Amino acid sequence: MEMPAPDASVLSRKDQIVERLRSVLAADAVISDIAETRAYECDALTAYKCPPLCAVLPANTDEVAAVLKICHDMGVPVVPRGSGTSLAGGALPTADSVILGVAKMNQVIETNYDDRYIRVQTGRTNLSVTGAVETNGFFYAPDPSSQLACAIAGNIAMNSGGAHCLKYGVTTNNLMGLRMVTMDGQIMDIGGAHLDSGGLDLLGLICGSEGQLGVVTEATLRILHKPEGARPVLMGYDSSEVAGQVVTDIIKAGVLPVAIEFMDRPCIEATEAFAKAGYPMCEALLIVEVEGSDDEIDYQLDLIMKIAASHNPVELRQAKDADEAERIWLGRKSAFGAMGQINDYMCLDGTIPVSSLPFVLKRIGEMSKEFGLDVGNVFHAGDGNMHPLILFDANKPGDLELCEEFGAEILKLCVEVGGCLTGEHGVGIEKRDLMNVQFDPQDLEAQMAVKDVFDPAWLLNAAKVFPLETSRSRRAA
Amino acid sequence: MKPQTEAELAEIIAGANGPLHITGGSTRPIGRTKGAALSTAGLSGVTLYEPGALTIVAKAGTPVTTIEAELAKENQRLAFEPMDHRGLLGTTGEPTIGGVVAANVSGPRRIAVGACRDFALGVRFVDGSGTIIKNGGRVMKNVTGYDLVKLICGSYGTLGVLTEVSLKVLPNVETTGCVLLHGLDDATAIAALSKALGSPFEATGAAHLPNGIDGVSVTMIRIEGFEKSVTYRAEKLRDLLKGFGEATIRIGSEKDWASVRDVSALADQKGDVWRISTKPSDAAALTAVLGATAVQYDWGGGLIWALMPEGADLRAKLGACDGHATLIRGKADTSTFHPEPAPLAAITTGLRAKFDPRGILNPGMMT
Repeated sequence: MEMPAPDASVLSRKDQIVERLRSVLAADAVISDIAETRAYECDALTAYKCPPLCAVLPANTDEVAAVLKICHDMGVPVVPRGSGTSLAGGALPTADSVILGVAKMNQVIETNYDDRYIRVQTGRTNLSVTGAVETNGFFYAPDPSSQLACAIAGNIAMNSGGAHCLKYGVTTNNLMGLRMVTMDGQIMDIGGAHLDSGGLDLLGLICGSEGQLGVVTEATLRILHKPEGARPVLMGYDSSEVAGQVVTDIIKAGVLPVAIEFMDRPCIEATEAFAKAGYPMCEALLIVEVEGSDDEIDYQLDLIMKIAASHNPVELRQAKDADEAERIWLGRKSAFGAMGQINDYMCLDGTIPVSSLPFVLKRIGEMSKEFGLDVGNVFHAGDGNMHPLILFDANKPGDLELCEEFGAEILKLCVEVGGCLTGEHGVGIEKRDLMNVQFDPQDLEAQMAVKDVFDPAWLLNAAKVFPLETSRSRRAA
Repeated sequence: MKPQTEAELAEIIAGANGPLHITGGSTRPIGRTKGAALSTAGLSGVTLYEPGALTIVAKAGTPVTTIEAELAKENQRLAFEPMDHRGLLGTTGEPTIGGVVAANVSGPRRIAVGACRDFALGVRFVDGSGTIIKNGGRVMKNVTGYDLVKLICGSYGTLGVLTEVSLKVLPNVETTGCVLLHGLDDATAIAALSKALGSPFEATGAAHLPNGIDGVSVTMIRIEGFEKSVTYRAEKLRDLLKGFGEATIRIGSEKDWASVRDVSALADQKGDVWRISTKPSDAAALTAVLGATAVQYDWGGGLIWALMPEGADLRAKLGACDGHATLIRGKADTSTFHPEPAPLAAITTGLRAKFDPRGILNPGMMT
């Protein structure tokens, strides 16, 4: 993975840059010691590392504006960072960049239950947003699996999803407003406690722009009352084709579960060895969850169980109580950790039309043999968001490259069947050079034109999202 | 001009030497613009429908009724419930799906499931230079690159002319129920709606009609789903709202919501029609200072439809508020769309200059 060569003129001015940043921030908010900047050398895509020039941890929006203004004036690249949980390298620094971390900004600014929103600083973690409202029975719906650690800032940058978005949508569907600072230090408010935009939908444009248009410091998020209850069922099948058909039939029957999760045999075997959730050994396992009162759940599950039973399952298990529900989710929730026990892995997140599921799984199996690398599949089946986990050995020379090559082939396949490169993790650096597979030059040009408007000098997280060759003339300007 | 293909449309725009007035079915004459008429009605037809994947793709000029008929065959629907503006605006013609997306048109269910923009998965459009651009796709989860789908949705043809849209659809429901409260004043009604929307009982509509049908105000909460569940939740809501008076429950009441959606209450009355999106708990106080002839609240109070005396500048009376006001019908001597604060206006101008450098697509429309 190539990153642009650092700007020598920026590197040579490190002392002046740090000094100016210190003049607007608290002493401990500027980290420039080489040993300490290592803490910011990568995010959760740990295969790529590079310590930044320095890291800053502003305490409020005004400080963010001051930092950006200085960097803008001095021509210094900036890489925004939430909690550093990106699997796509969204927060990977370059040696000439300032890491702007929002971790210190984690306060709740306002909670309003009548109008059903919460306003937070974006360094706050996803789960602690729900934590702030759950005593009143409310929750924040998007639930990426890193929700314990990931920050709202990163959720907005990547338009993060989660297991329950079949019903509740992803970040962009739950974001009502934000405060943002552009690269030149301008502070702006977009949206608010009302719905929809009175002009162009800039809120929708900024959500998912991977920290390339501005640094979002505050967010107004929609909160919902928790459902009365939720209950999962587990079903096992002898083939992924049949499981895929069950998913389609459930959706067509008019039931809208909150989640439909899918795991294949390699993944089931790994999680069983690790978490011992008591899953059946089969080719395809589905977990389907519905919500409501007890009676409502019974009614919906009855329908779902009938559909499931008509497809000759090897196992059909309904949770009778909270304990059993937890056991059903246990394996799914520990799937990534379980795969990690076997080996290093790379997690992809291409999305495909649900109808292509059996074909794509079959092709991934064939490719696994061709590349000689094992792969397990665990994903959100209701919306076609796949998560193939390719196992490799980071200590074996050439294995990472082989794994990346395999990954790229899977993502190309996703695009070929009518899907996309990334459903919820973002492009970052990981999928940057594959963007040409999904988009024609004019499609990318239109997107880059948007960045031209917000950040004409291309200083903000510029080496991400677009193939380096495609963005070169803009970054060099 | 009425091109029959996307390529033909692109050629027309590339070769245009003056402003173009883009239309779909011409049923929503919102905003003021001038230019040679360019209709997308010739680009028509459903190109792909996958009920099991909850997605439909259609050319921009496809009539909404065609799409709804296709979906009905599989017992599915456009869940964002696009408003039909014909009654309110006195227009004829056939609403198109491209027009719905271009104006981000939603209905009462927006409060629960999201707006048109939340269901828009992908677009193809021609920008002001005649370049064909695609963004998004036909899958429900997609964060590949910038979300230009949202930017185009609600841009009223000013950034590009839609040629194809891809939408998420949802299953139809078995039953619709309605919980009704009577005789509440605006502020109390909105408090009741907030209470319902803040409950676990999943209201999919929350409206207040101050004039009701016979002069007595009516506050309406919609519940949808399987029959047993609708009855259960309707009863729960009635209990929850006891403090607001004795609620009545009506099961099977879709028609009432069509008239809320289309703002029928204001349709045949003389005057200007304004649409205000605001924070629900501010709504009653805002309305009190407007001097409106009639109002309707939707979205739990967050959407105010106000009938104003002809020519009155509602925005001047509204003052600073959390939200925005759009002139939907009428001749008030003010901008149609809400003026943006300076930093946002600069970005909007910058984006327009990129997507339509010659300023020929519906010029002046969104001012």
